[in-house]
Amino acid sequence: MKKTVFLGALTVAGLAAGASAAATLDDVKARGKLNCGVTTGLVGFAAPDANGKWEGFDVGVCRAVAAAVLGDANAVEFVPTTGKTRFTALASGEVDMLARNTTWTLSRDVDLKFDFIGVNYYDGQGFLVPKEMGVSSAKDLDGATVCIQTGTTTELNLADFFRANNISYEPVPIETNAEGQQQYLAGACDTYTTDASGLAATRATFEDPSAHVVLPEIISKEPLGPLVRHGDNEWGDIVRWTLNALISAEELGITSTNIGELSAAPGDNPEINRILGTEGNLGEMLGLDADWAKRAIMAGGNYGELFAKNIGESTPIALSRGLNAQWKDGGLIYSPPFR
Amino acid sequence: MSDLSYVRSEILPERAPPASSVGVVGWARANLFNGIGNSIPTILALIFIWYVVSFLVSWVFSPTWSSESLNQCREIFGADGGHSAACWGVIRERWVQLLFGFYPEAERWRPVVAFGLLFVALIPVLFNMISRRMNWVLLLAVLGLAALYLGGVLGVILGLALLGAAGFIGFKAFSTSKEDRAAQIASGAKRLPNPLIFSAIFPFIAPWLLWGGSIWMPIAAALGFVVGFFAFRFLAPVVGSLAGLIIAVVAALIWWLFLTTGFAGLMQSIIPVGLEHVESRNFGGFMLSTTIGVVAIACSLPIGIVLALGRQSDLLIVKALCVGFIEFIRGVPLITLLFVASTLLNIFMPPGTNFDIILRVLIMVTLFASAYMAEVIRGGLAALPRGQYEAADALGLDYWKAQRLIIMPQALKISIPGIVSTFIGVFKDTVLVSIIGLLDPLGLSNAIRADQAWNGIVWELYGFIALMFFVFCFSMSRYSMYLERRLRTDHR
Repeated sequence: MKKTVFLGALTVAGLAAGASAAATLDDVKARGKLNCGVTTGLVGFAAPDANGKWEGFDVGVCRAVAAAVLGDANAVEFVPTTGKTRFTALASGEVDMLARNTTWTLSRDVDLKFDFIGVNYYDGQGFLVPKEMGVSSAKDLDGATVCIQTGTTTELNLADFFRANNISYEPVPIETNAEGQQQYLAGACDTYTTDASGLAATRATFEDPSAHVVLPEIISKEPLGPLVRHGDNEWGDIVRWTLNALISAEELGITSTNIGELSAAPGDNPEINRILGTEGNLGEMLGLDADWAKRAIMAGGNYGELFAKNIGESTPIALSRGLNAQWKDGGLIYSPPFR
Repeated sequence: MSDLSYVRSEILPERAPPASSVGVVGWARANLFNGIGNSIPTILALIFIWYVVSFLVSWVFSPTWSSESLNQCREIFGADGGHSAACWGVIRERWVQLLFGFYPEAERWRPVVAFGLLFVALIPVLFNMISRRMNWVLLLAVLGLAALYLGGVLGVILGLALLGAAGFIGFKAFSTSKEDRAAQIASGAKRLPNPLIFSAIFPFIAPWLLWGGSIWMPIAAALGFVVGFFAFRFLAPVVGSLAGLIIAVVAALIWWLFLTTGFAGLMQSIIPVGLEHVESRNFGGFMLSTTIGVVAIACSLPIGIVLALGRQSDLLIVKALCVGFIEFIRGVPLITLLFVASTLLNIFMPPGTNFDIILRVLIMVTLFASAYMAEVIRGGLAALPRGQYEAADALGLDYWKAQRLIIMPQALKISIPGIVSTFIGVFKDTVLVSIIGLLDPLGLSNAIRADQAWNGIVWELYGFIALMFFVFCFSMSRYSMYLERRLRTDHR
């Protein structure tokens, strides 16, 4: 009942916001800054450095959009949101877009009146166990104590998985990831479960990472992507195609190092030309100028560069591309054509 | 008879007590090793204390101040050490962030100056042990240092002038004794203005320093009080004091709601003076906690007094409003109010309204603290003997005079421990704002751990934060004890 009322209120707000704030692009341009909702801190995805400058994979998407729209990758006001405040922040217009490792689900898309404009990271829920436990599959975890963050989809996925496999578990509820790490290291639970990217980041901080393994089973689909409000499709298009430009750039081999050369004059590849604005008028269709995608790519590099810099194998988190490889390399990252 | 005597005929000289019953040894024997039942717990406790202290000391004193990441700390500890010592590099790298949040680096002198001025403004309110002149010395010194820090030719000249003035007054204060000064004043020497004037101005200066913007905004806000005062002054004799009061309040409200912005804008266009505007979004760390805490503490006491009096009032509507407010706010957890501030208000307000999030939080925390304060003060009022009220009536004092001169001084004195513990509670409750995404010290500790270099660090951050909070709260608690001693009028 309470939830219904709350969602109802959200809906009304979403409608109201959608009706009256139809031109987010104009608002952003008038303000000169993009308000981008991020997490209050998640390793590799969004975190402030010692000088207060935000960095990370999700932050990269915000900067690309700001560069495309405003011409300045630093014209972003990062609004830290928690899991509880993120949707209201977006619905009420406090932020223009949310790039906050948010799972794309039907109810969020439909009932909360948001538009997920794509997926920038395919995640899934995994299990972290100490190697000495000798467990090689999540199905061997019968009777295990499991550290689990309360109030998240991971909690529901966990219950589904254990019920489907007809095995039992004992949950140890925790509030934050930091608490999870401490509880797990202190032996309060046999296994710690959360998104696989989070597990990798957690494991990387351990004294001896090789003493812990992430089990092969991924028990849920967590497509994480940026989202915008319903009702302003022009703005949604801009954010969507900015992300697509980053993805296509990797596919076509446009990087932050060779982009100057490629955009200087029309080249042999017509799609590269269209993306970089040396041919056609795609930017104009979006209500932006011809160089929009060039600036977005230059902000932090293409999708692959962003990945490698923030969460890739050369970083302490050391995530392999896996599902997040380009479709040509057997992954799911795929951008519709720029035509 | 011989001179043999079986009874000692002279008194022996007093001797010092045996060494085993005086000094440290004697005290230890009497209190710690007084029999087996006492000795065993003592020894166990000593072993425990030794264990804890030796662990803490070896943990705290670790050569990791200059490390750049947790892994580097681990290298310093070596393979055998493990993570058994503190990794202080995180504090070295982030302490500024923990104190100021995202406040722009070039503007950080402003919160520092505001904090310094806060003490200058508080001292005449809180202590009566410091002389009027020393207060002005403090004020001039803080302003002088700030001007010097800002630099530039003007800053240096102004800073030196202010410091010179401070030195001069300080020298005079030290060179003339209290009695001489009293004699000078008695013979008509000019006194310095009352430092409470500055305390009254401070609430307008502090927000201007913290948020910046045009200087005409705080001036316009202060003028609201002037408007209200004059409205009361001139109308009260004509329409009666109650109606005059109501009209004065309405006049001030009209000024604040409709005329302030225009006035400030106009004056700014004529004489542009101002500081760079800093968004609330950039507030964070202890600066945020202190801002919320100080505002809530400062505002909740007067509001609480009014509410407590209203609750005892005979006027039905006043009483019902006060009881309703207090019971509603006390019946709701603070975190709920914060959620209302951060999410619900957003939904109910038209899109595009920019109602500052920190302002919303400030209002909610103040309301929350006021309700508790009202009940604490009501306790003090209830503890006063009925005779005090009757004595005030017998003296022919009206309601406000009786409250001001007889009732409140006693009731507040009784409630000091309760008031201060409410203050401390409110100050600590400010960390709850991390749940609505504001980066107070606790929120920042999470953000700092999200940096790959420091992921996995827990105790060092929480220890630092706990230490800072302890300093604030412990000083408040010591102050309350000082105040109780000072105000003790019974003859014990």
